[in-house]
Amino acid sequence: MSHRESTLDVSHLPGYAFGHRSLMWWGTLGMMVIEGTMFAMLIGSYLYLRGRVPSWPPGAKPPDLFYGVLNTIVLAASVLPNIWYKRAAERLDLKTVQIGLLVSIVFAIAFIVIRVYEFRALNVHWTTNAYGSVVWTLLGMHTTHLITDFIDTVVLTALMFTDKIEGKGFVDVSENAFYWYFVVIAWLPIFAAIYLLPRWI
Amino acid sequence: MKDRELLQLEETWAEPRGFIGWFKCVHHTSIGRRFVITAFIFFLLGGIEAVLMRIQLARPENTFLGPDLYNQIFTMHGTTMMFLFAVPMMEALGVYLVPLMVGARNIAFPRLNAFGYYIYLLGGIFLYVMFFTGTGPDNGWFSYVPLAGPEYGPGKRADVWAQLITFTELSALVVAVSLIVTVFKLRAPGMSLNRIPLFVWAIVVTAFMIVFAMPTVALGSTCLILDRLVGTHFFNPAEGGDVLLWQHLFWFFGHPEVYIIFIPATGIISAILPTFCRRKIFGYTPLVLSLVATGFIAFGLWVHHMFTTGLPRIAQSFFTAASMMIAIPTGAQIFCWIATIWGTRPRLRPPMLFVLGFFFNFLIGGLTGVMLASVSLDQQVHDTFFVVAHLHYVLIGGSVFPLFAGFYYWFPKMAGRMPGDRLGHWNFWLMLIGFNLTFFPMHQLGLKGMPRRVYAYLPGMGWGGLNLLATLGGVIMTAGVALFLINVFLSLRTGEVAGENPWDAATLEWATSSPPPPFNFDSLPIVAGRDALWDMREGHSGSAAPAVVTGVRGDLREVLVTTVLDAEPDHKTLMPDPSIWPFLSAVATSGLFIGSIFTPWAVPVGAVPVTIALIAWFWPTRKEHLERIEAEQDHGRTPAPPAEPVTQGQA
Repeated sequence: MSHRESTLDVSHLPGYAFGHRSLMWWGTLGMMVIEGTMFAMLIGSYLYLRGRVPSWPPGAKPPDLFYGVLNTIVLAASVLPNIWYKRAAERLDLKTVQIGLLVSIVFAIAFIVIRVYEFRALNVHWTTNAYGSVVWTLLGMHTTHLITDFIDTVVLTALMFTDKIEGKGFVDVSENAFYWYFVVIAWLPIFAAIYLLPRWI
Repeated sequence: MKDRELLQLEETWAEPRGFIGWFKCVHHTSIGRRFVITAFIFFLLGGIEAVLMRIQLARPENTFLGPDLYNQIFTMHGTTMMFLFAVPMMEALGVYLVPLMVGARNIAFPRLNAFGYYIYLLGGIFLYVMFFTGTGPDNGWFSYVPLAGPEYGPGKRADVWAQLITFTELSALVVAVSLIVTVFKLRAPGMSLNRIPLFVWAIVVTAFMIVFAMPTVALGSTCLILDRLVGTHFFNPAEGGDVLLWQHLFWFFGHPEVYIIFIPATGIISAILPTFCRRKIFGYTPLVLSLVATGFIAFGLWVHHMFTTGLPRIAQSFFTAASMMIAIPTGAQIFCWIATIWGTRPRLRPPMLFVLGFFFNFLIGGLTGVMLASVSLDQQVHDTFFVVAHLHYVLIGGSVFPLFAGFYYWFPKMAGRMPGDRLGHWNFWLMLIGFNLTFFPMHQLGLKGMPRRVYAYLPGMGWGGLNLLATLGGVIMTAGVALFLINVFLSLRTGEVAGENPWDAATLEWATSSPPPPFNFDSLPIVAGRDALWDMREGHSGSAAPAVVTGVRGDLREVLVTTVLDAEPDHKTLMPDPSIWPFLSAVATSGLFIGSIFTPWAVPVGAVPVTIALIAWFWPTRKEHLERIEAEQDHGRTPAPPAEPVTQGQA
């Protein structure tokens, strides 16, 4: 095997790539599928528990709508700075990336603060009954994602203000926005389960 | 010239040495080898537990083990075999072999992969430490509520089980993602979807099943531990909860689990048959489609574990039909394998023997599986030894025999030396005879009404003789496994040196030295057919020598990324350097998991070191930064130099 006749030269290929071309995109997608399955199963458990009792929500008022709706609006609006800095990252525009990340952090702080009020407006405690357990777990699991996404974003932002700027860093920024979309989109069915279903079913 | 390139590759990809260095390794062969060995040690521990149970049951009213210890031991046996042996072993083989088989230099996320290994290792150690201090779980490997709930399961035993699940699921999930991305994005140029080796297909399907099945049991065990520790009521009927919700969550994972264990075994068989029959596999496309179909149908069967829970008749009929339907793709695979063997003169070396043993055992397990899919029969033998017999025929016959075939087959690749043939034959025959002596009588015991999970029985039941026979079989099987260990020990010392391709096989893992260097291949291969090495020899690639990739830097850990469908070269990327942080992250995460059993505050407090470790893992070192800049600037597009002010749109 010492003598090689045909070779394929790839030296001209770029040293990184965005979106579905990159390994990071696929890894992020894998994490989304895993966490999405968990959310789906928890909502399935919610519906299953609904079938065990005659009325819903059992022994409690439905959660107050105000903070839930407010947070849904804030979460939906937070997608905009993410779209903005994601596009900037893909054209290697550092200044816009820095500003966009900072704006996103402000949004993240806002929705985490509002989330505290959401918990207080659930009108049920997790020890009250199984209904209380499942809504607290749903809201709690989504909050965990808000917090981890917040920390991710802070760390990336810090990196973007150092001198360690590389193409790979921009790919990571782009994937951060991609994951943020997931956290927002995953919220919509959870919002429906927590706030709307008790009023409808 | 050639030698200088090789020396450079060796220097670039060298794994760290020394005690601390051991915890920094990131190459998939280093981690994969540890994974295989660790999983095998858990197999031995689970086996010892099985023998202890067999000794206790050998005669009526035996007093070798008391009821409390017996409960712990059968729970430890099931938990160990399912969560610490079977799934990790399959993933371990995938970690070791898949990057080699697809022609990559390393697995897609090497540090994540290492993290997955340490989480698994620490979780397993945690379980056994708790067991040896008298806190072993004792509710069965499925930990049904209400027995495992706060009311009937006081103490920490069920919590230990629930957190072990968290450990093993986290590990399985991150490794599954690494494997999927490796196969999707790091294949050698030319290895389009229809040329991926069948073993790799099997691992991909398995990894997808893990991704969709394991979150469910992780969620279930989280709800269980919340019920037990902070007073939620998921499974408490008095407060609107439901015990059957646990069974649904568990078996929605638990049935696919069986196929998560079985599908990689089919991949092993599809890898071994062509090599030992000297013929290309028959029916590549139906085999791939069968794997994928099995992966889908496996998610529609879980309720057949719950036929005695009083479900609506329509649900029972649906799940009976689905359970019988899965026999179709399995049957298609078996016919393809038979067609591959048909008319050849297979070389009866140990790997091939174990594959033939699989056919014999799995057929019996499959037939009793079709029997159990029938509701009326299932209700009759539910929770009896008939089910024990069935599940062991499927899991040992369908999975452990192919695994041993795989051990013998890939031992030369991992160890560089051939395993002994004579001991291999003895190993095989003792295991085959011992296995059937142990488990075949259990069918009869089940039909005679012997229930599962009893620690003793009365002499008047008439179960003594068959139980003694089963115990005798267990001893013979143990002797078979002991011979395997002796064989490994001797072969490592005095076995014949294997060389690159001792079996004359067709897949790429045989195109490099045994064991492979930490960069896997001297030159990155190009694939021109399904049976890469045979095609090259027959000149299908249009040249006697294999085509190779050039232009990937050897002084950096650079690898080629290809497209998902056709594996066309797309871009290059750098693999991460060795790092201590995956290990430290795993230690911090373990601290959080274990602490949470004792106080909920362990979660917020434990999150702090976890976060710190993960940030340190992510944060590029100066060396990494400079290497990335260098690699990226080599190819045109580069980010703005950091020191200067950056203007809009600068590239």
